[in-house]
Amino acid sequence: MKAAGKGHPCRSMLYMPGNNPGMMQHVPAFGADSVLLDLEDAVAEREKDAARRLVAHFVREIDFGGVVVTVRVNGADTPHFERDLEEIIPSAPAAVRIPKCHSPEDVKRADAAIGRIEREQGMPPGGVRIHAMLETAHGIEHAFEIARAAERVEALTLGGQDLTADMGVQKTRDGAELFYARGRIVMAAKAAGLMVFDTVWTDIDDAEGLKSEAELAARLGFTGKAAIHPAQIDAIHEAWRPDARELRRAFRIVEAAERAEREGKGVISVDGRMVDGPIVVRAFTLIRLGHLYGINEEADL
Amino acid sequence: MLFKKAQAGTLESSDCMVVVSPAETCILEYSGQNETIFKRRTERIVREIAERYAPGASVQIQDRGALEVTLRARIETAFERASKEDLKEDPAGEPK
Repeated sequence: MKAAGKGHPCRSMLYMPGNNPGMMQHVPAFGADSVLLDLEDAVAEREKDAARRLVAHFVREIDFGGVVVTVRVNGADTPHFERDLEEIIPSAPAAVRIPKCHSPEDVKRADAAIGRIEREQGMPPGGVRIHAMLETAHGIEHAFEIARAAERVEALTLGGQDLTADMGVQKTRDGAELFYARGRIVMAAKAAGLMVFDTVWTDIDDAEGLKSEAELAARLGFTGKAAIHPAQIDAIHEAWRPDARELRRAFRIVEAAERAEREGKGVISVDGRMVDGPIVVRAFTLIRLGHLYGINEEADL
Repeated sequence: MLFKKAQAGTLESSDCMVVVSPAETCILEYSGQNETIFKRRTERIVREIAERYAPGASVQIQDRGALEVTLRARIETAFERASKEDLKEDPAGEPK
């Protein structure tokens, strides 16, 4: 199973109901970068135990190919939270998504419980990462502290439906009401060096709406976006396709950086302009992203 | 020890419905499109899981093409529900 993280881009994160074996067994066929097996909203209260057991078995025993496997557990305010962690952590998903992270304490509590289970199971400490879901006004306002609350936090994710409800507003098609939250969560994640995922586009029939929202998310700096249907994956991937001109320049920057290193030069110059560290890092990131679209060298553009 | 009859799973494609109830010995009723192919495999899995919960159990399985992981998860859930004393805590434990 692939670990999430900086080396493996997660443009799309496909929600999958945790009590539906027919859908879960087809995960590798959908083409998403990562999957989110859901024990929370997609599972009826009376089936929580069945879904938890099913997901634990799937994560432990099924080969999902290159897909990064994460599990959304029930919130700490429910009677299912501890049991979810007890059963899911030993199956070693790449990450668990903790919903309704209201404050750093919510993350610390989850981190302590996961750490204890890892120790009891003889698992490597910190191996199962946390994706902290922010879906309250309070959570958004504490985004950076939440991001820094534990070492194992790897991503922040925006929950747009619950957040707009908490704000007392409607989620609209153009998403103006989420503009501040998106900016804030992206900045917090970047400052903490984490990945950051945008909320779902809920209208499956509105492909145009999905396209513009995914493009906005990519422009704002999100590293990926959640999908609620396999049909949304292609549009999400398209939104993160690197711009050809920028990618061409990235190839030249990386080439210059490698040449400078060989020649022991500290200063890199590309197209007559000085290039410094963060730009080289971004060039490498763009090139890695390009690989996902079959662009492995400048000639592929 | 089993206290009551309980079920887990669904009759949807790629799933299975498992009903477990207390019995003197381990009894399996298995049905599904591929019942002749998978009967022995399913018997082995049921016996292995029953050993952990209650060797005396009647297990009925309607298989709709479930993978082995799904089968195991559903049988375990049915056994766990049947092992619970408190009905109120687990409304899903009682078959409709």
